Amino acid sequence: MNFVMPSFAPAIPEMVLLALISFILIADTFWAKRFKFATYYATQISLIFVGFLIITSFTTTQIITFDGSFVRDGFADVLKLFTLAVSFGVFFFAREYLVQHKFFSGEFFVLGLFGVLGMFVMISAHNMITMYLGLEIMSLAIYAMVAMRKDSAQGLEAALKYFVLGALATGMLLYGLSMVYGATGSITFPEIANVIASGEVNSMVLSFGVVFVVIGLAFKLGAVPFHMWVPDVYHGSPTAVTMFLATAPKIAAFAMLYRLLAEAMPGLLNDWQSLIIMLSVLSLIVGAVVAIVQDNLKRMLAYSGIGHMGFLLLGVIAATPDGYASSMFYVVIYAITGVAGFGIIAALSRTGKEFDLISDFKGLNARNPWLAFMILMIMFSMAGVPPFVGFWAKLLVIEEVVQAGFLWLAVLAVIAAVISAFYYLKVIKAMYFDKPEDTSRLEPVNGSLTIGISSIAILLLVLGLLPSGMIDIFFNSLNAM
Amino acid sequence: MLTGFPILSTLIWLPIVGGLLVLFAGRNNPTLAKWLSLFTVGLTFILSIPLWTGFDTTTASMQFVENVPWIPMFNVNYHLGIDGLSMPLILLTTFTQVLVIVSAWDVIKERVEQYMGAFLIMGGIMVGVFAALDSILFYVFWEALLIPMFIVIGKWGGPKRVYATLKFFLYTFLGSVFMLVAFIYMYSESGSFSILDFQGMHLGMTAQIFIFLAFLAAFAVKIPMFPVHTWLPDAHVEAPTAGSIVLAAIMLKMGGYGFVRFSLPITPDASMTLDWLVIGLSLIAIVYIGIVALAQSDMKKLVAYSSISHMGFVTLGMFVVYDIIDSTGSMQGAQLGMEGAMVQMISHGFISGAMFLAIGVLYDRMHTREISAYSGVVNKMPWFTMFAVLFAMANVGLPGTSGFVGEFMVILSSFKANIWYGTLAALTLIIGAAYTLWMVKRVFFGPITNDNVEKLQDLNKREFALMATLAVFIIGLGVFPSPLIEVMNTSVANLLVQATTSKL
Repeated sequence: MNFVMPSFAPAIPEMVLLALISFILIADTFWAKRFKFATYYATQISLIFVGFLIITSFTTTQIITFDGSFVRDGFADVLKLFTLAVSFGVFFFAREYLVQHKFFSGEFFVLGLFGVLGMFVMISAHNMITMYLGLEIMSLAIYAMVAMRKDSAQGLEAALKYFVLGALATGMLLYGLSMVYGATGSITFPEIANVIASGEVNSMVLSFGVVFVVIGLAFKLGAVPFHMWVPDVYHGSPTAVTMFLATAPKIAAFAMLYRLLAEAMPGLLNDWQSLIIMLSVLSLIVGAVVAIVQDNLKRMLAYSGIGHMGFLLLGVIAATPDGYASSMFYVVIYAITGVAGFGIIAALSRTGKEFDLISDFKGLNARNPWLAFMILMIMFSMAGVPPFVGFWAKLLVIEEVVQAGFLWLAVLAVIAAVISAFYYLKVIKAMYFDKPEDTSRLEPVNGSLTIGISSIAILLLVLGLLPSGMIDIFFNSLNAM
Repeated sequence: MLTGFPILSTLIWLPIVGGLLVLFAGRNNPTLAKWLSLFTVGLTFILSIPLWTGFDTTTASMQFVENVPWIPMFNVNYHLGIDGLSMPLILLTTFTQVLVIVSAWDVIKERVEQYMGAFLIMGGIMVGVFAALDSILFYVFWEALLIPMFIVIGKWGGPKRVYATLKFFLYTFLGSVFMLVAFIYMYSESGSFSILDFQGMHLGMTAQIFIFLAFLAAFAVKIPMFPVHTWLPDAHVEAPTAGSIVLAAIMLKMGGYGFVRFSLPITPDASMTLDWLVIGLSLIAIVYIGIVALAQSDMKKLVAYSSISHMGFVTLGMFVVYDIIDSTGSMQGAQLGMEGAMVQMISHGFISGAMFLAIGVLYDRMHTREISAYSGVVNKMPWFTMFAVLFAMANVGLPGTSGFVGEFMVILSSFKANIWYGTLAALTLIIGAAYTLWMVKRVFFGPITNDNVEKLQDLNKREFALMATLAVFIIGLGVFPSPLIEVMNTSVANLLVQATTSKL
């Protein structure tokens, strides 16, 4: 048996990223004392550079390498680019927050970069081992990030919860994957699909495998009934970390879902579709109803995120290339909006004090009308009210689920959207209609953070008015295959 | 004359851009904000006049069409155009915008730029609703309108404003999302989001019933019909004067417009089958809500209920056509009912705007809307009383005012359909007169019992100009309605053909 040198070209972004991370990790120990923000800048430059590498070699044709364990296609490239963009935004808001809360350190960014690397591997995984590897790279980095605030009991509790439940979920996923392997005798996604299509499999074992895989995925996405960790972890973690773990990993988790269900197990649609429907329906309901009673914005956004996962899964239920593309669009819009949502909290929080109660927002319009207006746009986008892009995200998934013949799901989804509009309105009400509780002067918000929030808010509006280009990118990336 | 000039787009985007400009340029400079707003709405109104002068009344097809692909992937287009049904409503909108800005001139003191900006943006969006020929574009405008209105009621409204505005937003949002699902369903059947394609597409009876009900949920909430009208009195009472004017004069018309643009042409068979439902609810609105209005002690609430009752005429006129054709077989009778409904919409736009403006004039001086707080206003404000009584008479439907034309046409056609419909509808002439005139008597006449009334000043020039303009329109439309009817004629005839052609 002779060894064939695999083509490294498709994985160049990952390899470059790894090299850069290693460099930054070492360099950080040297330059941390002298140049406080050097690691931060190096991180952001690395993200931009990797993004540049992907754009210049952008491809919509499928390239498989490393003996079938790694794939590069339009789906991967698009999601990687948006993972980079979202992470860039997260780090941008995180810096100021970390400084304000006095735990700025280079590790945050290095760990974040490792997380991004893990997501890249997940997105490009073409067999179950690579998938698992990517998941672990990402998860371990984020576990450490959640626990970064060593002096906060709440933070450590969150970290422990996240770690234990995350490990449990990974265990479930691994268990499911091993069953799938046991039934099909293969670890590569297309081969699994072929074996299943041939019909010569132990369907009992396979069905169990699918159930465990879906449970593992649901844990990672935070879909009901596997959502229990979400509010506590989002609430307990430092906002900068919440911002990260609530956004970019969801993109990767969706990629994992797509690779496993759509690429490896399309033949088992009947098995997993009903599971996804259940997850989606429950997430929509719980996300919409439970968020209403939250008075902490981080918890509210956590439940709203659960609801968003319910919407995201609608496109997966449709199980067509267009359906997956609509989910892909949804998850990216969700992540971008999420950065803005948590970015607001990060930007407004001040030395040692979080700004995460909805009552903190009372009278913001009187104190900072520009920022209030931007938050208004972000909230309406989350609620899915046109002309903001959140509307198109919802419209597309609902459209796909109707095309697939699940009219009742569409009706349920729009009702959930109306209920969830209520709590977004609550934030706007606090900002615009209520008198401030705290009459002391609001410390001026750092100018660059205001610019950051404003640019995301305006982006949501512009994409809402001219969504065509972005929709085309997503739908073409999946349809070309 | 102006061929190729995208006049509808201008009417939509000019106020929106102007509104944003006011929002940002007018901060700390209310005077600039006001003048910039007035300039914008004035220009918009002037630019909207060519729609009337350049309108071709001989065709029912869309005019001033603009069609640009918006999202080619889903066949969504930026498709605008107007016919005889939407053109008068657009002019009503641009006219009301001027009214709104002038009426708020000295009244709003807090955050003027946000107030003016919100109304300008609303104005553009409302034109968009009436001009959109693509259902998704329509939906975008339809929903986007909620945002500025939500802020306006919640921020400048009365004491219970937050409750009222949340109720307003969620009620209308809930109604409209079903319409969205209906659009998506029709897209999945026809592959197009164009309203004109929807009108031509084939639909089975079950589908039609569900689509009709989805539309009903959206439009009945907006117009509003009994029993989903409860948001309106709250919203009206709490909204600032200009907010009430926009709500009553234009936003309610969006519901009526929805029926003629969507329900009747897209689901004719379901409309025919379920016409009893709409007619029944309309008659309840006309009679029952009229009686409810009688019991109100708050002037704004009274006019709000009166609006619901009048909107009952609109829906009655629209759906009674099926019974007319059924019992007499005459298209002409049906045309009368439908045109009556359309005229009623326009006329109610002027009258309700005028009524809310009049209440606003009193409220600005006395800061109460309780009828019992007033008495003998005529002694102190003779000019104002003259206008207010005229508007009240129009609200009653006195011949010679615009209120008479629409109501009379609808009542007449209802008699052709069914004597009981006609009788019940005609009851409004009594009930409406009762609640309106009783209010007039209590507020304007009688002895002065309140010291504050003693101190009242009559209209200033600005208010006088506003009232006089409205009075001219109300009387003008009352004695000479034919230009308006002429504009609608062809489109209404076409609509009736669509509404009575089975799609099964």
